[in-house]
Amino acid sequence: MSSSTTAADLKTLDLDAIAHRRARPGEMVAKGLLFACASVSVITTIGIIVSLLRPAIEFFSKVSLWKYLSGTDWSPLFQPAGYGVRPLLVGSLVITFIALIVAVPLGLGAAIYLSEYAGERSRRILKPLLELLAGIPTVVYGFFALTFVTPSILQRYWFWGQKPDIYNALAAGLVMGIMILPTVASLGEDAMGAVPRALRSGSLALGANRFQTTIKVVLPAALSGLVAAFVLAVSRAVGETMIVTIAAGGQPNLTLDARQGMQTMTSFIASAGMGDLPQGSNEYRTIFAVGITLFVITLVLNIGSARLVRRFREVYE
Amino acid sequence: MNHSNVTTHRRRRPRLVGALALTAALAVVGPMACTAKAADTKSTTVAKGSLEGTVSIDGSSTVFPLAEAAAELFQRDQKGVRVTVGESGTGGGFKKFCAGETDISNASRPIAADEIAACTAKGVTYRQFIVANDGIAIVVNPSNKVSCITVAQLKKVWDRGSTVKNWKDIDPKFAKLDLKLFGAGTASGTFDFFTQAVNGKAKQSRSDYNATEDDNVTVNGVAGTKGGLGYFGLSYAELNATKVKLLGVDSGNGKCVVPSTKTVQDGTYAPLSRPLFVYVSAKAIKRPEVLGFVEFQLANLDTLAKRALFVPLTAKQKVASAAALAELKKLG
Repeated sequence: MSSSTTAADLKTLDLDAIAHRRARPGEMVAKGLLFACASVSVITTIGIIVSLLRPAIEFFSKVSLWKYLSGTDWSPLFQPAGYGVRPLLVGSLVITFIALIVAVPLGLGAAIYLSEYAGERSRRILKPLLELLAGIPTVVYGFFALTFVTPSILQRYWFWGQKPDIYNALAAGLVMGIMILPTVASLGEDAMGAVPRALRSGSLALGANRFQTTIKVVLPAALSGLVAAFVLAVSRAVGETMIVTIAAGGQPNLTLDARQGMQTMTSFIASAGMGDLPQGSNEYRTIFAVGITLFVITLVLNIGSARLVRRFREVYE
Repeated sequence: MNHSNVTTHRRRRPRLVGALALTAALAVVGPMACTAKAADTKSTTVAKGSLEGTVSIDGSSTVFPLAEAAAELFQRDQKGVRVTVGESGTGGGFKKFCAGETDISNASRPIAADEIAACTAKGVTYRQFIVANDGIAIVVNPSNKVSCITVAQLKKVWDRGSTVKNWKDIDPKFAKLDLKLFGAGTASGTFDFFTQAVNGKAKQSRSDYNATEDDNVTVNGVAGTKGGLGYFGLSYAELNATKVKLLGVDSGNGKCVVPSTKTVQDGTYAPLSRPLFVYVSAKAIKRPEVLGFVEFQLANLDTLAKRALFVPLTAKQKVASAAALAELKKLG
């Protein structure tokens, strides 16, 4: 073995051991501060769960979980009250579905273009523009849907059957799709950008053209990242509040007709929370019951996505 | 329960950007904070900043925006006074008032016989002041040919269990048009008053309509739906006169009355108009900070009514209120 240090030697050096050898006081402080930073989000999550749980449990001791999940009438603030959450659930799902129909194909297309086709110049211009979309406040999207998309596009150019109402799920879903498009595009591009160049070169060398390479080689290799992007898009769509509150109206409505207004879980929470519900009343607790329903949905999505990502992950050394 | 006066609860005041209210609520911004322009209030004889103490107010949630506006403007002049405004409802407010726990009680109806008895039993004497007039407007899309609706028809549309879905079902004379309903959220005073006046029982209403605490949602809904029908406070309807059309209401005597400041003030716009009250205890008025507050409120009734989107008092009502204050001072 030669005395000079080679790159291979450097690689085998145990960096962790060096870092932990002797902690100086200043380092301890820095470490503590950084740990505090990292724990803020965890503590917040735990805090949210705890604050959701108690009123939600009180709620479900009065209203049976079965009635809550199977009922089809949601009017908890009226007398007599209806506690069937299904209209809200369906509202959330319909709007999320519309948003995904917009965001996934467009976002994937944008990601493929940016990662595989765009030259350096056009990428330098397009990517920041796309990310600008992500920076628009959702309240602006909401009013865009209500004051432009619905009256000037949907109601004006509707050609089949009944025109959409002024508050409708379609406009909310379409605009929400535009809102989450940058998330899909940006994460998708990152995932495809991480696919080693050698794979593409190999494919091209074998005579495949660019499109074939993209579809048959790059996309499967980037699948885990794409699935993660998709799940994040779903989570954002389910949890989005402002757009649906403004553009989809406030009437719980068990229907699949996107031309009508619908209330989603989030917009119920927002509108009921803005009113003056007396604290401690059952009406007040419905907010938390819906909140925890939403939380469970997002949690299941995230756990599911973690599994999917692990399953489809392809590791390149 | 007593909310402090910086509470973000808002009721009748429209949220022009209702959605932003959420964000604003997080920042615990007082509802008035957005009006940057200093209100031109008349100060009373008391020197600014000379008073100290606490004024506790509770009662009707309908009157709440008015009391809250008064509290905020008063505290601007009298930094040493803390005014707490609760909204336990008219009945809840009287319960505390007659137990001697509060100085002032807001009410959206006159005090009831059993409440008078409770006050007498505890030796609480008081006087009643009218502070504003409240009217609820029925609005439709400007393209709608209908110009008048009877209370019976309103009940047919809005009562619990109603399945009316078309204007033709309200009255065969009306054009065939899908009916879409927009109305007050269940937590609002407007909802209580409307359901009481139209359906005969507070909070009794059909539930399949677009219920919102944000009047602007109703304005946009009715303005954007040909067969839309909605209701909210008259002042807000007047602010949106170009977007929605006011309907006249026939209380059953065949006369169709269009709501206006005048018809609300003189009560001919029935049954959807009413005076709003505050009750002040004689014991409390002896404290200079309570007297200062009441005098301030009475001196600025027009400004306050405008800010809280109510209809101001008539000259006659004002004279009555001034007389009540003079009487109250003697009682103490």
